[in-house]
Amino acid sequence: MKSWPLYEVFIRSKAGLHHKHAGSLHAADAQMAIENARDVYCRRNEGASIWVVLSSDIIASNPQESEELFDPAEDKIYRHPTFYHVPEGVKHL
Amino acid sequence: MNVIDIETGFQEKIDKDIRIEPRDWMPDNYRQTLIRQIGQHAHSEIVGMLPEGNWITRAPSLKRKVALLAKIQDEAGHGLYLYSAAETLGADRDQMYEELHTGKAKYSSIFNYPTLTWADMGAVGWLVDGAAIQNQIPLCRCSYGPYGRAMVRICKEESFHQRQGYEIMLVLCQGTPVQKAMAQDALNRFWWPSLMMFGPPDDVSTHTAQSKRWGIKRFTNDELRQRFVDMIVPQAAHLGITIPDPDIKWNEERQHYDYGQINWDEFWQVVKGNGPCNKERMEARVKAWEDGAWVREAATAYASKHTNVSNQKSQAV
Ligand SMILES: [Fe+2]
Ligand SMILES: [Fe+2]
Repeated sequence: MKSWPLYEVFIRSKAGLHHKHAGSLHAADAQMAIENARDVYCRRNEGASIWVVLSSDIIASNPQESEELFDPAEDKIYRHPTFYHVPEGVKHL
Repeated sequence: MNVIDIETGFQEKIDKDIRIEPRDWMPDNYRQTLIRQIGQHAHSEIVGMLPEGNWITRAPSLKRKVALLAKIQDEAGHGLYLYSAAETLGADRDQMYEELHTGKAKYSSIFNYPTLTWADMGAVGWLVDGAAIQNQIPLCRCSYGPYGRAMVRICKEESFHQRQGYEIMLVLCQGTPVQKAMAQDALNRFWWPSLMMFGPPDDVSTHTAQSKRWGIKRFTNDELRQRFVDMIVPQAAHLGITIPDPDIKWNEERQHYDYGQINWDEFWQVVKGNGPCNKERMEARVKAWEDGAWVREAATAYASKHTNVSNQKSQAV
């Protein structure tokens, strides 16, 4: 098993929804990863589509850099509709 | 930031109920505690398949057989969700297997008891899965994200396990006197070991305080055990069978059922490897692993042959 890589599994639960991360599993190749993902994560109609991707191919943001990445959005309240004044009586705005 | 600041920040996150995710900073002890706990939990799911697997070919009807198969397959799934949660903490899958197979890692002592009759499939689903559910529901809110998410998935699947067990008991209890006696006998054998599933009493449980501070544990062993007793007593009454404990009595003041002394010597004996089936379980587990070696090797060979072929093809273009 040493040589079986880790795959991350993403499941679309039904048409119209995004694929969502479900977990991970080991498999010898991508085909086996899909088959195992069916058995491990879709035993009760949880899936309409499966993506698998090698865990080692995922590039993730660094939690240590979270502040630089996400804080700049914090004070930009003008990006939200609640920032703007709507006069009383005006509808559909 | 120095180490103390980081540690304080970590505890503040937990106190605010913010989940810890794999790449976040965490104290080494937190990581090690979780790897041990999630590993033991995963091993329990995997070894837990063995006592029930014992009855697949002898299930009394096709309905019971498909239900039992589905339940056991779920337990395999639970083990896999948990192993992969442990891997997000840096644990190595092969090493976890090895620790199980060499006896270095523990699993729930309940699975070292034999399943002697079909009624045991009822008692296991009803009591053992019932106890597991009590333990697992609070873990859905565990501070470590991947563990909590695995538990949510597991808890969704567990309720069918307990119900199918209770239904087996119900049918036996409504059957012939011999069938009812079989159900009673299963309850007699599984009652006390099920209570032990919650672990040692609070006054000797060493990890509880720290685990609570870290948001890994939400309730103490005794609290969960009490909930279990309160849940099971009326269910047993409905079946018309008797819990093998003369001290079971409703306590008006506490608003809980009182129950008798648990034989902790037996518990520690089983944990140390001297239960009725410890040896048999590990032998079965190791045999399954070794017998599967050629399949794993063949799949690896097939996969590497195919990557080589497709590499050559793309080079040719
Ligand atoms: Fe389970
Ligand atoms: Fe279960």
